[in-house]
Amino acid sequence: MITDIVIVIAAALFMGVYVSWRAGRIDRLHARVDMARAALDATLLRRASVALELATSGLLDPATSLLLASAVHGTRDSTGTDRPRDLAESDLTRALRAVFSQPGFLTSMKGKEGADELLAEVEAAAHQVFLARKFYNDVVAATRLARSRPLARVLRLSGRASAPEFFEMDDSLVAENTSTPLSL
Amino acid sequence: MKIGITCPYSWDVPGGVQQHVRDLAEALIDEGHEVSVISPADDDTPLPPYVTGAGRAVPVPYNGSVARLSFGFLSTNRVRRWIKDGGFDVLHVHEPEIPSLSLLACWVASGPIVATFHTAIPRSRILLVTYPVVRTGLEKINGRIAVSEAARTTLVEHIGGDAVVIPNGVATRHYRKAEPLPGWPGEGGAIGFLGRLDEPRKGLPVLLKAFEILGPRHPGLRLLVAGRYADADELLHRVPAGLRDRIVLLGQVSEEDKVRVLHSVDVFCSPNTGGESFGIVTAEAMAAGVPVVASDIDAFRQVLRGGEAGELFANGDAADLARALGRLLGDPGRRAELSAAALAAVAEYDWSVVARGVYSVYETVVLGSTEVAVTASGGDFG
Repeated sequence: MITDIVIVIAAALFMGVYVSWRAGRIDRLHARVDMARAALDATLLRRASVALELATSGLLDPATSLLLASAVHGTRDSTGTDRPRDLAESDLTRALRAVFSQPGFLTSMKGKEGADELLAEVEAAAHQVFLARKFYNDVVAATRLARSRPLARVLRLSGRASAPEFFEMDDSLVAENTSTPLSL
Repeated sequence: MKIGITCPYSWDVPGGVQQHVRDLAEALIDEGHEVSVISPADDDTPLPPYVTGAGRAVPVPYNGSVARLSFGFLSTNRVRRWIKDGGFDVLHVHEPEIPSLSLLACWVASGPIVATFHTAIPRSRILLVTYPVVRTGLEKINGRIAVSEAARTTLVEHIGGDAVVIPNGVATRHYRKAEPLPGWPGEGGAIGFLGRLDEPRKGLPVLLKAFEILGPRHPGLRLLVAGRYADADELLHRVPAGLRDRIVLLGQVSEEDKVRVLHSVDVFCSPNTGGESFGIVTAEAMAAGVPVVASDIDAFRQVLRGGEAGELFANGDAADLARALGRLLGDPGRRAELSAAALAAVAEYDWSVVARGVYSVYETVVLGSTEVAVTASGGDFG
């Protein structure tokens, strides 16, 4: 009799602890999503500012400068173009790729003051976007999976937090139709 | 005069600016000038003798869509060489606010420069036009031309300075003669329409309504429609089932076929409900000698000389349009009269006339100036 009660109480306690651990995990995942998103935002902003620096550096011809500056401009939320962020960021990727994949581009930059450092910085910033987006999408996938489990759904363990969205964009450093890497 | 013209967009892609440059260059050559055009073009594209290819244009995102442009140090070097070898008296750049050849030409050249602005510049781009690198190029321009009042207004308000308005011309001789499409116009008569079908301001819905009224009264009457559209079925379902097989949709047609379409119909209809500054398509129909029925918006009223060179109907009124079309279809004498009047009226929009206007701008900017040369500083990529 008493052992039965003890078992029931123990089971209930265990369940309670388990459920709260699951809820806590989902909560922690959401927090990680926020952190990954902040990191992704930071890398995107960094890439945009380095691209703008290249555009205004005087190293490039005005047409290329204008293309890059216009792509950077498009990534800012305040523009009137209503182009979603992911598309605007992909545009910047493609603009950078178009500039870097010109045959002989890097040779043409050789010997110009500050060119090597700046181009290396653009490339590094673009690579960081690639990494940050990968990490962000990984944690989004884990969170969405945890949220979709039956127990999490029935007991609404994710509370009122909405499901995080993947961030899809073109961040490939390699040109589509040639195998020329963007890298220096 | 030795004239160098830059075209910012790929020569092998159809477009308004390319057509403008081609027609202007040919009109100037007809006047006895020496003209050289530089334009992006694929290497295997056959080019007219007056065009120098600047290499393949690169598709690149610009302002929310993908444009094919020429930029970078290779293009810059080609433009430099072209200017150096050309020995031009005047350099005429088109759309220098676009990141392509024209902007590069402004950058590397010194001497008399004329620029033509084709589009109204959207606000988002204005910041960039004030951007130092671009500014330096634009400041070298001695004379500015805008192709429409709208283009001039944006220029004045957002870039500063003024421009003379010289509208697009019509290369009337391209439209004069063409073989009708096989089987057209046919016994029962034919009405023609050209333009974007899914753009309501082009007025196709008004014409379809009018066709619904006319169709039963004129057995055998057909409607020939050419232009880009998204959903043909949706369009055809707006007219009663019995009339659908009398409407022929051609989709987007080539420049050559466009002229054939114009020669395949008895009456051409421009039902636009607004938003036209000139009505180039209407002028082209007039140049083909097709009698025109157009809505009475300002642009058409002007080009049709208040109704002397074509019939006008109350804008948006399908019943009035049906009346006007019906009257013309039943009166070959009136059609011949309108055809002759249209040919006479459109002559003042011919490129030969427009090119003379452009030439007087050249004459003004070359006064007291040396020939076009390359600057020492701009764009030397060795």
